[in-house]
Parts: sequence; structure tokens; C-alpha cells
Amino acid sequence: MPLTLAVALAHLLGRRRQTAVSMLGVALGVGFFIAISGMMNGFHEFFRGELIESNPHIVVTDEFRLPAEQPLHAQHADAAVEIRRVLPRDPVRGINHAAEMLEGLAAIPGVAAAPTLRGQVLLRRAGRDWSVAVLGIDPDREVQVTSLASDMIAGTIDALKATPDGIILGKTLADRMGVEVGDAVNGVSRSAQVARLRVVGIFKTGLEALDSGQAFVGLRKQQSLQDRPRIVNEIRIRLDDVSRSIEMAALIESRWSYKAAPWEETNARVLAVFTLQNVIIYSTVGAILIVAGFGIFNVISTVVLEKARDIAIMKSIGFSGASIARIFVIEGLIVGVLGSLVGFCVGFGIAEALRAVPAPGATDPNQTLLVSLPAWRYALAGGLATLSAVVAGWLPARRAARTNPLEIIRGAA
Amino acid sequence: MTLEARGLTRILPGPVQQVLVRDVDLSIAPGEFVAVSGPSGSGKSSLLYLLGLLDVPTAGEILVDGAPSAALAEDARASLRLARFGFVFQFHFLLPEFSALENVRLPMRRLGALAPEAAAARARALLESLDIGDQAGKRPDQLSGGQRQRVAIARALANDPAYLLADEPTGALDSANAAAVFGIFRTLAREGRTVIVVTHDEGLAQTASRRVRMKDGLVVADEGT
Repeated sequence: MPLTLAVALAHLLGRRRQTAVSMLGVALGVGFFIAISGMMNGFHEFFRGELIESNPHIVVTDEFRLPAEQPLHAQHADAAVEIRRVLPRDPVRGINHAAEMLEGLAAIPGVAAAPTLRGQVLLRRAGRDWSVAVLGIDPDREVQVTSLASDMIAGTIDALKATPDGIILGKTLADRMGVEVGDAVNGVSRSAQVARLRVVGIFKTGLEALDSGQAFVGLRKQQSLQDRPRIVNEIRIRLDDVSRSIEMAALIESRWSYKAAPWEETNARVLAVFTLQNVIIYSTVGAILIVAGFGIFNVISTVVLEKARDIAIMKSIGFSGASIARIFVIEGLIVGVLGSLVGFCVGFGIAEALRAVPAPGATDPNQTLLVSLPAWRYALAGGLATLSAVVAGWLPARRAARTNPLEIIRGAA
Repeated sequence: MTLEARGLTRILPGPVQQVLVRDVDLSIAPGEFVAVSGPSGSGKSSLLYLLGLLDVPTAGEILVDGAPSAALAEDARASLRLARFGFVFQFHFLLPEFSALENVRLPMRRLGALAPEAAAARARALLESLDIGDQAGKRPDQLSGGQRQRVAIARALANDPAYLLADEPTGALDSANAAAVFGIFRTLAREGRTVIVVTHDEGLAQTASRRVRMKDGLVVADEGT
């Protein structure tokens, strides 16, 4: 065993209780870091998975990110031209030549696209109104871009083909309205079109916003309700490789000019909340590790003070300042590494316990908290803790290395 | 292999400068047993620390084996101390967590010249030569004062140093143990090692082959050369 390691171990074993407390501090920091970040990560992964699974990966809408360039600007590129109050060219919004666009998208490998007409509809039943985002869909194409078919808990998506007046409601909405498959509801659009709709299916995604505020009807029915015949205002796209969503959205936008929003953009606020949650969690648990580092600093500083005579004799014998410093850095390292190893077990134990806890607010009563713990998270926690421990050891080690042995030898005489 | 001081001066800096050692010239040959004595504050310990490269002179030079050392960096002086010097202090300064044998092995492990088995054998032999071979496995707190000082002497001899420097090594010992320690030093000097001992005990100083007396940082007498 190297001499510096032997001396470091002797110091730590000579102060077993303080060493154990320091190690426990590191272990708790690492353990909670692993468990809490694993739980949040599990939740984030689940939610992202649900978002990606339930929603299209890219939504093309009948909007443009930038207003179209006016010919006057193009003509006088270097001149100061200001044009005010430009009226939309096409008052009836919708995606022009949607059929050609769908054909073009279908030709791209790994891309499935479905036309939609989105519009607000007031659903009426028993004297009450519910404002719902209704999507007119083509059932055959819709199943290629969303998980609606697998989210059906009553009826089928194909019923929209067999029943022209059919409507599929979210589970929460259906419960609130008190309807089941086979019941009828009245729908009123903003263009004052009224239709009697029959519930042909109920879906449940697990995402409350969808389950309580969205409904599906046939594309033609929606065009009729909105009084916008042959209009499509959304093209919903699913990719074989979801990681290409941003790149593919940019490609689509550059080709057809319409705004193509990848799912990351559509759900930017949710993802921003996730980022904020991560910042809070990492800051909190990082603070625990820093506190653990102070514990180590305290113990090693005490050892440096207590071992002043030992340091003095070792330096007088011929130990260099660097080798003296190494002893105390090794002490920090030992506490950090062993504390991390114990912390891994603590974190794993807490994570397993959390996996058995029922998820609060979950629609599925069997749903427990989701914990995702990839190996890199252990490595990150252990790495941070060890770094914190080494720094905590290094600060008093510097003082030890600078010790003037004569001051101590003279003082002891 | 001489240890030589030329115009050695050590002044503590500060608002009021304190002269510890002033213009000392001293040449100590191998096999000499030198006792440095003098009243308290005369600079005898300061001279020893300078000769042992534990302190750096303000002026002058220390020649170790004929080579100047005053300008050496701290690490180089540490290496030289490890290989050429052995130190014994009034307080034993043994590492409390280690056994007597491990304490003696400490400088050997640091130097790394001997294999672990050979170092252990040498440490055991040193302890036996000082009549404490049976205490090898005991920690310092299990030894008497005289035994601890013998372990400290064994540790000082671990790397077979050319120069053994002792600062009041008998200060904490009774007269019998003090006489025994000086007996050990005489034996070591007879074996060809240079032994320099600082002591305030004039009686023990008289048993050395050479006696250096100091006062106010100056060498006032050098007898027996």
C-alpha cells in the first residue's frame, strides 16, 4: 500500500465516528440526488413519451412565420419603404393545395401525414355548453399520425366512417357531459352551423388537456360545421424517427412556406417547465452535496490541526509539501468515493421504494411513481460528490503542505 | 563526508529583528560526536536546525558532503534530509496510529530504496539493536518514555543517515534513560556516523568527543576538536 494512502487511512480510522458522519453526509447527498432526479426524470420521460405518442410530431398550420414580402420591398431593396395595413391575400384561411402537399409529404420516406380541419365547437347537452377543440380527421390517415386508435376506450375510430354525424370525445369530457357511446349531443360552430352529433367513441390519452377539451369528427362533417368546404387548416405529421422532428419541420417549412411546428415547439412551455424543475432539483441536491463537502472539510481540517506534530515530523524526515497535501486529498477522496458507493445503495433503495408508491392524481389506480435511473445518473452523482470531497480535502491539505515544521517542533519542546 | 557551516547567520525578520545564530563557522568530520550546549536562547537548537536543513540561513552556507545547500529548493532539501539526515527531538513525534516497527519503517518507505521485506527486517534489526525488539508491534501510547525515544532514534537511523542530529533528546527522560541514550549516540559515532546533539545538560555534554558552547547566537567555545 502506498505510504500516503496508509497514513490517510490511519487518520480516518483514528476518527471513525467523524469519518462515518462525513461519509453519511455524502451518501445521503448522493442517494437523494439519485432518487429525486430519477423520479423527476421518470416523470419527464413518461410525459414526453405521452406527448410524442399522443400528438403528431409536426403540425403544419395555415400560418406563416413571417409576413410575405411585398413586391414594393423587392423592387426597392435598398430604399426605406414602409407599408402599413396590409390585408391578408386570402380571407378564407386554410392550406392551399393541401392535397398536393399531402402527396409531396407521402413521398418523403419515414413521413406519414394526415389532413385536419381544427375549429372550436360548442357542444350542448342538458342545457349546458362545453367549448371543445374539434378536429375533423380522415380516420384512415389519422391512425398513421397519432395514437388515437389505441387510446380508444369505447367504440372505434372507424365508426367515424360508418357514421357521418359521429363524434369521438375525450374520457373526461364525456364524463362531465354524462354521455356514453350511442348518446347524442348538439354541436354549434362559430359560423352558427348546428348539427346533432352521435357519440361513437371515447378516448383517453392520460393528458388532461386532451381528454377534457378535444373531440374528433369526420373531416367532411367538420368542414360542413365550420362552413369551410374542402378546407384543411392543419396537416399532422408523424415521423419514423422523432429525433428528426426539428430538422424535418424546417425542411417542410422551407418547401411549402407554411409554418411547420415540431413537437418541441408546440410543447415548448411544458419543456421549459421541465427544465426549470431540473434546475431546482439539481440546485437543491447540489446544495446537499456542498453541505456534505463542508462536513468533509470540517473533519479534514480538524485532522490537519490535530496531526500538526505528525505533519511536522514527516516534513522534517523528508516528506515534501506535495506528498503531505496528497495525504489529506486522499482522505477526502476516500470519504467521497466510499460515501458515493453507500449513496448509490441509498439512492437505489429510495428509488425502488418510490416505484411502489401510487402516483398521485393518476387516472390509472395501479399507476405508481415512475423512476428512470440510467447509469450516467449514478456516475454524475458519484462524480459530483467525489469532486466536492476532493475540494473539501484539498483546502486543508494546502495548509498542511505549508506547515513550517520548525514552528511545531519548537512549540513541542 | 563532512558537514560544514561557513559564516552561518540566521535572523528572524520582523519589526524587531532577532538574531538566532551569528556568523558561525563549524566543520564536523565523520565519526565525531558533537555536543552543542549553552544557556536557553543561545541559538543551539537554531544552529542544529540550520545544519539539518530544516531552516534556511539568512546568510552563510552549509556544505553537506562538500556541496552547498543554502540555495536548494524546499523539495530538494527534503530529499537530502531524507537520504542523509536523521533527527531525534525532545518529543518523540512518533505517529500514534502506527506501531513502533511501522514508525521506523516510515522513512524507508518514503525513500523507497529497500523492498518492503528488507525494510521491515532492517526496522526490526534497528529496534533490536536498541533493546526494544520485543516492543516492535506496540503503538507509541503503549511504550514508556525511554522506549519511545529509542524508537525515535531507530526511526532516525532508518535510512542509514550520515548525520544524526538530536535536539535535547534526553530532555524528557530520567537520568538513567538519558545516560543510555547518550551511550547509544557514542556507539553510533564510533561506527563512523556524525552525531550532533544539542543539550543543556553539561554533564552529558562532557561525555561527547567534541563540545561546542554557544551564547547569544555565537560559538564561544569549541573543545575537543
